[in-house]
Amino acid sequence: MKNLFKTTGAALSLALLGGTAFADGHVDAAIKARQSQMQLYAFNLGALGAMAKGAVAYDAEAATAAASNLAAVAMLDQSMLWPAGSDSGAAKTRAKAEMWSNYPDVMAKGKALSDAAVAMQAAAGTDLDSLRGAMGAVGGACGACHKVYREPES
Amino acid sequence: MRRFIVNVTFFGLIGLGIFWFLTRPETLPETALDGLTADATHGKQVFYAAGCAACHTAPEAEAAEMPILSGGQTFPSPFGTFTAPNISSDPVQGIGNWSALDLANAMKHGTSPDGQHYYPAFPYTTYARASLQDIADLHAFLMTLPADATPSQPHVLGFPFNIRLSLGGWKWLFLDDTWVTQAPTPELERGRYLVEALGHCGECHTPRGPLGDTDFGAWLTGAPDPSGKGKVPDITPGALGWPAQELAYYFETGFTPEYDSAGGHMTHVIENLSQLPAEDRDAIAAYLTALP
Repeated sequence: MKNLFKTTGAALSLALLGGTAFADGHVDAAIKARQSQMQLYAFNLGALGAMAKGAVAYDAEAATAAASNLAAVAMLDQSMLWPAGSDSGAAKTRAKAEMWSNYPDVMAKGKALSDAAVAMQAAAGTDLDSLRGAMGAVGGACGACHKVYREPES
Repeated sequence: MRRFIVNVTFFGLIGLGIFWFLTRPETLPETALDGLTADATHGKQVFYAAGCAACHTAPEAEAAEMPILSGGQTFPSPFGTFTAPNISSDPVQGIGNWSALDLANAMKHGTSPDGQHYYPAFPYTTYARASLQDIADLHAFLMTLPADATPSQPHVLGFPFNIRLSLGGWKWLFLDDTWVTQAPTPELERGRYLVEALGHCGECHTPRGPLGDTDFGAWLTGAPDPSGKGKVPDITPGALGWPAQELAYYFETGFTPEYDSAGGHMTHVIENLSQLPAEDRDAIAAYLTALP
């Protein structure tokens, strides 16, 4: 199972890498790729959230699958996804330029998300209450970065 | 001519006197809090519902169990930049030597212990509706938070907004502690109290007039972001369209129905709302979905 994620992760990384290397506007491609990564978070969080809210019955196996996806996506190497010039001042994105001047903090916040996702992986298969509790930490990790590094919606 | 000058002076002085009287910094009677017993544990709930830490923690502070309210966050506005002061329990730089009545005068009338007007960047326009019991409880809780000796920084405002006396006129025109909406059920009443008296949602989510006054006719219909970039969303049901359950979940976790997350200053709001009892989050959601 773990190997499958590694392979998927590697394949995704390669796909993204290939995408960025051959695209005309590598900045646009990188923005598209990282937004797609956000979509993958959202999709898997949606599966977990539906159970947390009680909209869907709790299913340990489905929850574990979604949480494992979340953790795999959180651990992707993102070094190619944030090229210079892909901030809100220069491109069509809400990523603030401060991200590039506060690199260690951005990395720490990224690490906090993967930690929260790993904790979710353990919680999701345990029971519904554990899943519910772990959602708050994941939301907090998402928000910590969006708090300082994302422009308001226009 | 002499008579004319005498008349102008006479009526001018009377006018100034009336203006001074109408716009003097108001305070509660000395006995306003008599008979109330402060409960710091409940004060903690008031603290989270009123969102004090959202503005009064240091600019880069992480959410904490016992926040340090040392101030320093800046708030740009068309009138200049406001800086949140130190309201930690430090007796010199913070509010450690304030009585509960001092806090009540600040929150309900925007009047400082030495009788000055506060700028409405401090949302006393909302807190004016808070109950005295809640304020007494909040005071007791604030005194349990850590002291910090960071001095408060001055606001940077242009003329004539830098003249505090002019705020008397502003308050006389705009400080209004009546409810904005009707609340026909106990849950809606609780939601209204949380939104209109403590949570101060309307301070950012409602547009303002040219003098910075809340446009109650456009209650919670969104406004330009005060930073000058982007906007604060319209959160009336017609525009937002989130069911109550989705709103309550957003307040708990920061996740939107699409599983995007809260960003910017709203993350502070989530940090606070997530600490409230679930019934309170449900009440705010009920209030919002019942808006016209």
